[in-house]
Amino acid sequence: MIKKIEISPENEKFLKKVNELSGQVITLCEQCGTCSGGCPLVTEMDITPSQMMRIVQLGQKEVLDYKAIWVCASCFTCTVRCPRQIDVSKVAEALRQIILRQAVDHIDIKAIPKEEIACLPQIALVSACRKFTG
Amino acid sequence: MKIGVYVCHCGGNISEVVDIKQLTSFAEKQSDVAIVRDNAHMCSDVGRNLVLEDIKKHNLDRIVVAACSPQFHGKTFMDIVKKAGLSPYLFEMANIREQCSWPHFDEPELATRKAKDLVNVGIAKVKLDESLERKSMPIGKRVLVVGAGIAGIQAALDLGDAGFEVFLVEKKPTIGGKMAQLSRTFPTEDCAACILSPKMADVPSNPNITLFTNSEVEKVSGFIGNFEVTINKKPRYVNDNCVSCGICEEKCPVKLPNEFEQGLTTRRAIYVPFEFAVPYKYVIDEPNCIYFQKGKCGNCKKVCPHDAVDFEQKPEKIEIKVDTIIVASGYDIFDASEKKVYGFGTNENVITSLEMERMIVHEAEGRPTRKIGNRIAFIQCVGSRDEQIGNEYCSRICCMYATKLSQLLKRTDPKRDVYVFYTDLRAYGKGFEEYYKRAARTGVKFIRGRVAELIEDPETKKVTVKVEDTLARQIIESEFDLVVLSVGMQPGEGTGKIAEVLRMTRSPGGFLQEAHPKFKPVDTLNDGVFICGCAQGPKDIPDTVAQASAAAARAIRLMNKGEYEVEPITAVVDEDLCSGCATCVSVCPYDAVKTEVKDDKRVAKVNEFLCQGCGSCSAACPSGASQQHWFMSSQLKAMVGAALGEEEE
Repeated sequence: MIKKIEISPENEKFLKKVNELSGQVITLCEQCGTCSGGCPLVTEMDITPSQMMRIVQLGQKEVLDYKAIWVCASCFTCTVRCPRQIDVSKVAEALRQIILRQAVDHIDIKAIPKEEIACLPQIALVSACRKFTG
Repeated sequence: MKIGVYVCHCGGNISEVVDIKQLTSFAEKQSDVAIVRDNAHMCSDVGRNLVLEDIKKHNLDRIVVAACSPQFHGKTFMDIVKKAGLSPYLFEMANIREQCSWPHFDEPELATRKAKDLVNVGIAKVKLDESLERKSMPIGKRVLVVGAGIAGIQAALDLGDAGFEVFLVEKKPTIGGKMAQLSRTFPTEDCAACILSPKMADVPSNPNITLFTNSEVEKVSGFIGNFEVTINKKPRYVNDNCVSCGICEEKCPVKLPNEFEQGLTTRRAIYVPFEFAVPYKYVIDEPNCIYFQKGKCGNCKKVCPHDAVDFEQKPEKIEIKVDTIIVASGYDIFDASEKKVYGFGTNENVITSLEMERMIVHEAEGRPTRKIGNRIAFIQCVGSRDEQIGNEYCSRICCMYATKLSQLLKRTDPKRDVYVFYTDLRAYGKGFEEYYKRAARTGVKFIRGRVAELIEDPETKKVTVKVEDTLARQIIESEFDLVVLSVGMQPGEGTGKIAEVLRMTRSPGGFLQEAHPKFKPVDTLNDGVFICGCAQGPKDIPDTVAQASAAAARAIRLMNKGEYEVEPITAVVDEDLCSGCATCVSVCPYDAVKTEVKDDKRVAKVNEFLCQGCGSCSAACPSGASQQHWFMSSQLKAMVGAALGEEEE
């Protein structure tokens, strides 16, 4: 099913918010796909990084529903390669922040079994808390 | 004193930001201002007539126009002031567009305030302007053309045909430039060599053109109508006895990569660059010749039946005088090894588009240089539109040459699978869209997506392309026999050198800066110096040829009358204040100031024909004796005062 989207001033607000949070000018993205082609996790994502950029450009809040923004490992490959020098990692981070700042965590630390926590490297746990919890 | 102030709306460019009403009522309140008017387009016939009639009717004796930059329309209004019978230098321009409404579009109130300041500054200066008149200077008909690619050749031929004396200087041993290396030319697919070689041959047969190959412009001094040029002519080590029989080449033991063939074939240390080179004479590659490096060999000299090899030739310095200069120093292709993710230089099956041009020529001639394979990928925007490597600009030719090469490959062998991975396909020129369509009909596949990385299979040496198809939103990982990098253009090394020699301004991308992007596209800020071809910016062959002819026409415009007008904005020395220290003499870039003894006192004296009004001496003079007409210290002080003073409201 092909979905219709609406382009309204309301969308502009969302775009501005992401611009502000990420410190990037998202409309600068020319949709070349360099970020997606080099992304080591792209095959685990439901939308590609460049698609994420496109949806934000159009101000569609639905971008927050995709798994891709959580799959992003913040490896910065996209950031160092973007021919327009957009920090794509920061955009993904901004989108995660929009959700986390509403006190909605992406993972439940308490739900992780004790045995698993015991054998996890500390740094992985800290990183997970930083990335997935508000 | 009666000053007229004219405010231009610039069709909204200014009036949409600056409050014109506030500005005019501000101007009306200034002392000595007799009339203030505004108009949608001051530069139009209506606007100009307004000034003309006011000067006559109201006896205005000073004019201020608040509009665009003086570089853009200064001359327009000066001509009108002159037409009305006043000195054109009793005129001032307040730039409330480039310096006000454009940069401050988001702050209209502050922009209006700044516009008032700028108008106030103009009024303060115009009050102190002197009546100056332009002087005429004789000019000859000699032109230096730097670079003999298609741009330099076209400009030289146009000038030579028009009866002007041309000195054409090329650093390589042959003329022809990059175009000589191309297979065919888009969109008509004319064979590049077939259309270029007759033009190349016309150069030495034109009686008005003196050709210096293997030569570089080392030094240029002087100015328009009086340039003194030093050419460094490197030795060819082969004299005019050479009949290009080729016996020397057969006996030369050195084998080197042939740069004309992009290293696909080899050449000897004594060689002719290519088969339609002009001049078609042998040349010795000194740094790679055994005789010059070790003092042995000399085979070529021994076997030459015409005694043409001459190891004793020395570099020559040739001094010439010219009236104008055309710079056509061209471009270099982007060094693809800078783009590390594509592995150019380490992956043997990753090549540049220029290599592909040569491969196609050789394949067409039935002597292929290397295997092309069945699966070929073109990667666009290599070295262009890429801030990571520092080139923001689009090189403009790569889309179409990839379209050309891909369909030539496909038509030669329809079994080939040819893909073009592009960011945006820009088929903007005449016949380009149709040509793009033809490629699609031939079966070339265009995929929108910029290739992220290339991975070489260590065993098969095949190359995997990783890219997102941004239209299908899918990731492609596919193996190819050969990957062609569509490399962009960058300012040539020669362009950098000549820019330094001529002290030329360069654009942000490093190409040479034109005087005005729209109305003076081949002029430069250096009087009498013109630019054309890819030295000015990336462009294709039709644009290059058009621009070269334009540069020739602009040079002819200056020289044809036999005289040209010089600006009276020159330095002037107050002999009472001058202590004769000669600081001005040492800083003058034009040798326009000398000292002389006058009434037992040594004073500086300015040759006003040599003086270009750069202001160096005025700035350097320790006693304030050296001043510049139209920019006297008293004027500058008044201007600063007006800019910093309170608004008279």
